[in-house]
Amino acid sequence: MLINNFLSPKDSIAAITYEGERVSYNDLVSFASTLYNKINHRCLIFCMCQNSIDSLGGYVSFLTNKVVPLLLDASMDITLLRDLINLYKPEYLWIQTSRTWEFPDEEIVFASKQYSLIKLHFNTGFQIFDDLALLLTTSGSTGSRKVVRLSYDNILSNAQSIAQYLSITADERPITSLPMNYSFGLSIINSHLLQGATLLLTSGSIMQKEFWNLLKTEKATSLSGVPYTYEILKKLRFLRMDLPFLTTMTQAGGKLDIDLNREFTEYCQSANKRFFVMYGQTEATARMSYLPCEQALLKLGSIGTAIPGGEFSLIDENGAPITECDTVGELVYRGRNVSLGYAECGDDLCKGDENAGVLLTGDLAKKDSDNYYYIVGRKKRFIKLFGNRVNLDDTERLLKALVFECACTGSDDRMLVYITESGIADEARKFISMKTGINQSAFVVKQIDSIPRNSSGKIIYSKLDI
Amino acid sequence: MSNLIKYNEAFISSFQITEDQLANLTYQSVQGWDSVGHMALIAALEESFDIMMDTDDIVDFSSYEKGKAILKKYNVTI
Repeated sequence: MLINNFLSPKDSIAAITYEGERVSYNDLVSFASTLYNKINHRCLIFCMCQNSIDSLGGYVSFLTNKVVPLLLDASMDITLLRDLINLYKPEYLWIQTSRTWEFPDEEIVFASKQYSLIKLHFNTGFQIFDDLALLLTTSGSTGSRKVVRLSYDNILSNAQSIAQYLSITADERPITSLPMNYSFGLSIINSHLLQGATLLLTSGSIMQKEFWNLLKTEKATSLSGVPYTYEILKKLRFLRMDLPFLTTMTQAGGKLDIDLNREFTEYCQSANKRFFVMYGQTEATARMSYLPCEQALLKLGSIGTAIPGGEFSLIDENGAPITECDTVGELVYRGRNVSLGYAECGDDLCKGDENAGVLLTGDLAKKDSDNYYYIVGRKKRFIKLFGNRVNLDDTERLLKALVFECACTGSDDRMLVYITESGIADEARKFISMKTGINQSAFVVKQIDSIPRNSSGKIIYSKLDI
Repeated sequence: MSNLIKYNEAFISSFQITEDQLANLTYQSVQGWDSVGHMALIAALEESFDIMMDTDDIVDFSSYEKGKAILKKYNVTI
């Protein structure tokens, strides 16, 4: 399949918004071509994302016409956005018209209802690798400059695989509960557009009335979330709601608390819904594995088995394969959806396929005798705070603006920041919350006498309590 | 403690803000009032007033003022 056939023109509805807008696949294809005519060549564009028609239309226009977008959160802080613009030097910016005032010296070459196409004036001459389709950030909230390079084949193969194991048909109506610039959220959009389904678009969060009104009036058939989404759903007494039209629920983006996992699994089984626990990373486009819902209780806590077309294995510290059950090693994934590699600036866009279909996930896992995998830990220095991947080295660097030395550690939904100066714990907590845009309840700041270091000056994190 | 003081305290502690910020406070108007802060606020109010709010009221609780009207349903007058 070629990327320009990703969307097939038809009368059926591609997307419905909370505001009542409805666009057909024909409308979307026609909008994609109108927008592309203003650009008319392969180049880099920054696409500011929200779950709206114009944001979606921009994304599909760029993807199907081989313009390479970096997908960013539409509300991204202007300082962080300007940093990325200077680093990657995109030719265009697809942004909400309400934000164009932030670019007073630049030319607006096209405007739709809510979005504008801004031409930036860089003289770059960057080479863009032929198969490069899309760029996604790894840790958007800390303003990380490192992005993942995805190919057309990555996107198509992952969307096809997801559509296959979830049995997605044109009758599906998923509601967008995750950002479009987040690989999990994007995978829902891609796999459903590919099958000709209808997206229910809302930028309202599951904490807002708009979201639930759209879900009920338009009868959403599926709902997806990260572990924190499920915690909120429970507090919203979701388990007592009567939503017969909602037949599928999926979870990814981190390990769901085992009790919550069991509760939702049992609820879905009794309410005649399918519940899928899944596993993935942006470095693998999105999805790497899923737990078939009929195995959900039997294999509770497992990430399941590799998706169609993918393959898992485990390696030990020396890179040797582990074949025994219940032995922990690093999880390795092979498949067509393994990204090309990373980029850290515009010059890197010429790079080819550096991963060759093999991803060392950085996650520590074991498998059982039926070849179901279980994540037990992480090699990499990051944690997830309410679904946001946060690199601990990045937050240490951010904090250096405030404190002389610090060490960040912790577990999902709780970051521990160790500092040596006294009297500024509160300030440090506010600072890191503001910089990352993550609620301050996720951060605990502790003052200690000294940060434990080894002889070469490296922090010994194992000596710090998590 | 009066209901107003208890009501204000729930906002102040959940969002780490000061009393003078309360008047026109709406969902997402301060950094602390995101989805995480919202759940903290609801938990604080439920505990302070010993009530259990319905889903519709939790998701409709979109501002400082609106919250007062919602709590009336639970016989809490601010």
